[in-house]
Amino acid sequence: MRADFVTREVLTGLRRNVTMTIAMVLTTAISLGLVGTGLLAVRTIDRTEQLYSDRFEVQVTLTADISETDLDCSQPICTDLRNTLERSPLVESVRFQSQQEAYEHFQELFAGQALADVARPQSLPATLRVRLADQQAGADAVRQAMDGQVGVRNVIDQREVVSKLFDMIGNFRDVTFALAVVQAIAALLLISNTVQVSAFTRRTEVGVMRLVGATRWYTQLPFLIEAVVTGVVGALIAVAGLLAGKYLFIDQLLSGIVANGVVPPVELADIVWVAPILVMIGGGIAAVTGYATLRMYVRL
Amino acid sequence: MIRLERVTKLYKTSTRPALDRVSMEVGKGEFVFLIGPSGSGKSTFLRLLLREDVPTKGSIYVSDMNVTKLPRRRVPKLRQRIGCVFQDFRLLPSKTVGENVAFALEVIGKSRNTVSKVVPEVLDLVGLTGKANRMPHELSGGEQQRVAIARAFVNRPQVLLADEPTGNLDPDTSQDIMLLLERINRTGTTVLMATHDHSIVDSMRRRVVELDLGLVVRDDARGVYGVGR
Ligand SMILES: Nc1ncnc2c1ncn2[C@@H]1O[C@H](COP(=O)(O)OP(=O)(O)OP(=O)(O)O)[C@@H](O)[C@H]1O
Ligand SMILES: [Mg+2]
Repeated sequence: MRADFVTREVLTGLRRNVTMTIAMVLTTAISLGLVGTGLLAVRTIDRTEQLYSDRFEVQVTLTADISETDLDCSQPICTDLRNTLERSPLVESVRFQSQQEAYEHFQELFAGQALADVARPQSLPATLRVRLADQQAGADAVRQAMDGQVGVRNVIDQREVVSKLFDMIGNFRDVTFALAVVQAIAALLLISNTVQVSAFTRRTEVGVMRLVGATRWYTQLPFLIEAVVTGVVGALIAVAGLLAGKYLFIDQLLSGIVANGVVPPVELADIVWVAPILVMIGGGIAAVTGYATLRMYVRL
Repeated sequence: MIRLERVTKLYKTSTRPALDRVSMEVGKGEFVFLIGPSGSGKSTFLRLLLREDVPTKGSIYVSDMNVTKLPRRRVPKLRQRIGCVFQDFRLLPSKTVGENVAFALEVIGKSRNTVSKVVPEVLDLVGLTGKANRMPHELSGGEQQRVAIARAFVNRPQVLLADEPTGNLDPDTSQDIMLLLERINRTGTTVLMATHDHSIVDSMRRRVVELDLGLVVRDDARGVYGVGR
């Protein structure tokens, strides 16, 4: 196989259908960009789960009067509640967070934001923070035991709060993947069409090749490489798009919640991890589509 | 070199066979004219030899290959042994003369060295010395046909098939092309040429095989185009 020959044929082919080639590259790029975004979303979900899994707590907030009067959970109502919780085998540990501690934590969390200034210790409840031994059954057990007890204001399951966040990222992921599929179909059709057009514009060459006894590889490889090149270029543009998206858009959008540790950031390493996957998908799909098209539609 | 055994070709869309139980043999180094009226099956004959198509019945052998039973992947091997020229030259308009000829070698994987050595040689042989960098449209019809012959012959095939190679040329140019084909024939290459050209056939006095409605109606060792035609 002569590499210089194939290279020359591929370049001629790409140049001859410039507009088509560009359309193909862009469609592939958009499709793969969406796939990449989806993959990053999946990654973020995993990270977020890790971030929270060891911190999940059920918070039993106490009523205002107890919060104000009992500063270290030494009075009967609070100690009773605490003992009840600690006796349960589903509970690992219970920590009391006073109004003052809650206030400090709150200040930390929203440092520099207007919310921090308006908050007063009195407006925050004291809390019994319950770590569960059993993540599955624990939350419900705590809720049943605590709901309606004297001194209990309400029971907050952190996982419920976080699961909303997961749902949101999950929906985002599903939408991007769905769009990616639609775009991928468009890309496939374009690739297939381009290969057909390419084969048609080069029918004289191909005719001569067949006549002088070129093997199937020689006649088809230029078309396949042409398709793969556009697929790979599309993938590279998609990666560039993801990088641009990260630095111009996502970083700012998420900066607040990332700094507070609510959501992990999208890191450069994540995009580096996605890039080869996109290149392989782009090149692979183009190769398969190109091959199938040559098999089905083009007599070489 | 070439042997046909009761070869019949029936195209799906037609009721009478394009070739009808054709049996014949062509020896190594022979020069054969294939003549007959339009539609008599000459082109079909050549296409079957090239495995562009397969016969409905019968077998074809080219050198040691059973063309009819040849597996797909070995078809290129067969075609590398058969050179081919046509009435319409079939040159690549965007490539120079030299590139057109080189193309035939490149696509069968010949090395750059071989190509740069062999191409000028064959251009000399066909009388196109110094015209390697011309584009096809800068050549006369006769010169274009020479390029086509150079391309067909550059890989030194055992057989050269020519389907009305002089069909688009004036008598003088046709005569030059015939001299070239004769020269190629003298190198030991078997030449099989389909033609309508009376004067060429009559002046060359070579073997003539005449087809009519797909049947071989005549096979003369040193024939003329035809009496009373
Ligand atoms: N691809 C095809 N499909 C159907 N019929 C065909 C096909 N090719 C040729 N034929 C028919 O087969 C017969 C022989 O055709 P062929 O082209 O071999 O004739 P020919 O001798 O080369 O004629 P000409 O001198 O005009 O070139 C004709 O009747 C033609 O209509
Ligand atoms: Mg014909």
